[in-house]
Amino acid sequence: MGDAIVITSGKGGVGKTTTTANIGTALALSGKKVCLVDTDIGLRNLDVVMGLENRIIYDLVDVAEERCRLHQALIKDKRFEALYMLPAAQTKDKSAVQPAQMKKIIDELKQDYDYVLIDCPAGIEQGFKNAIAGADKSVVVTTPETSAVRDADRIIGLLEKEENIEAPKLVVNRIRNHMMESGEMLDVDEIVSILAIDLLGIVGDDDTVITASNKGEPIALDPSSKASIAYRNIARRILGESVPLLSLQEEKGMFSKVKKFFGIRS
Amino acid sequence: MSMVQKQTQHFVTIKGTKDGLNLILDDSCAFRDVINELDEKLSARHIQQTEGHTITVTLKIGNRYLTEKQEKELRAMIQSKQNLEIDRIDSNVISRDEAEEERKRSTITSVARTVRSGQVLEVDGDLLLIGDVNPGGTVKAFGNIFVMGTLRGIAHAGAYGDIKAVITAAVMKPSQLKIADLISRPPDQVSASIHEAECAFVKDGQSEISVDRVQILTKVRPNLTRL
Repeated sequence: MGDAIVITSGKGGVGKTTTTANIGTALALSGKKVCLVDTDIGLRNLDVVMGLENRIIYDLVDVAEERCRLHQALIKDKRFEALYMLPAAQTKDKSAVQPAQMKKIIDELKQDYDYVLIDCPAGIEQGFKNAIAGADKSVVVTTPETSAVRDADRIIGLLEKEENIEAPKLVVNRIRNHMMESGEMLDVDEIVSILAIDLLGIVGDDDTVITASNKGEPIALDPSSKASIAYRNIARRILGESVPLLSLQEEKGMFSKVKKFFGIRS
Repeated sequence: MSMVQKQTQHFVTIKGTKDGLNLILDDSCAFRDVINELDEKLSARHIQQTEGHTITVTLKIGNRYLTEKQEKELRAMIQSKQNLEIDRIDSNVISRDEAEEERKRSTITSVARTVRSGQVLEVDGDLLLIGDVNPGGTVKAFGNIFVMGTLRGIAHAGAYGDIKAVITAAVMKPSQLKIADLISRPPDQVSASIHEAECAFVKDGQSEISVDRVQILTKVRPNLTRL
């Protein structure tokens, strides 16, 4: 019996789908059996990021409405034997699926996979309710922007009310070192202190992430990229390894140096 | 004859003190009897003849419960007499609803959690929040609000009109403060953060919210101590 982890953020465009694809890839790299589920019905793009768009035959709505069996809709990844994804429908909208149907699908997937990663749509409406319906754990993605942190806070509040979901963990995405250094961006400590949840990992803003996702090759496959290492570390932490927040400490060291620098000057 | 009888029953006892008159009303007879006898006694010449001086009156009504209507009638009757002014009405009893209300208002509710964006935490009495109020979150209390963490959202103390209510926070960075029907908003320029507990209250006779060190409450709100 595997774990179902929902990846959510409240705000759009902070990197939920990229995070889902890369954590999934990194978990598959560690030899786990993983299924990615796109719940963003009507605006699907996890398949694009994974480079699997042209293989879709059936989708989530087809499964929910029992037009096909679950395993028929699953798409096997082109790189990993043990990585699958269940795509969202593009022609319907969020109301095409009910939370109870989602829970049934996720429960079924948990039988066969070690990890079921659920990519949640932006917002707090039906799509969000569907996405969290079958989840046991949750990861909240935010960026170092006030608006993203505000929405993450709202989402954490909603997740905390769900009795079946463990306390959410935080991923801070798209960190730009130079902006944090200059104090133009919220720093990670500040975000963690406001949101008051455990930090699962931090990912730097990296142009190669965009290039990779355009090519349909998750960045986690490329061991030379810093973002890739960050995603692999997140995956290892999900697996229960206690990987020190390496990149954070590195950057943290830098932050404190910067703070000191300012401290001396002011 | 009947008049004499009433007099001998003494539903009303009048006692003079240095602060004015104490009217002690019998609490086991009918309200009507008390009103009648009181009316009669207060109309007596020696009370009406105190030339100009206003006499303060304290009513002691024992175990009698006055309905709103009865209290109004009693006050109107006394006020209609020359030179008399009611200071207070002392009763040993209050209604069950009033007691419940009073209990709710005087309790401190402690809550250990983070009040996050979009959440509203509302209590009847005082609120002791062990945690933060994040931006977009709201805490609201009938009485005072004490935040042990950082107040970044909205706090509304004295939500039903108590202007004496206060708000304290270990770190005071609110988006809005409200006390009774007054609202204040911090200046748009972010001032240097102060690392000490602060409180918000309304100074006597003023109609704006002041923020100061929490220690000042010992002076401006001594009744916060309930030992």
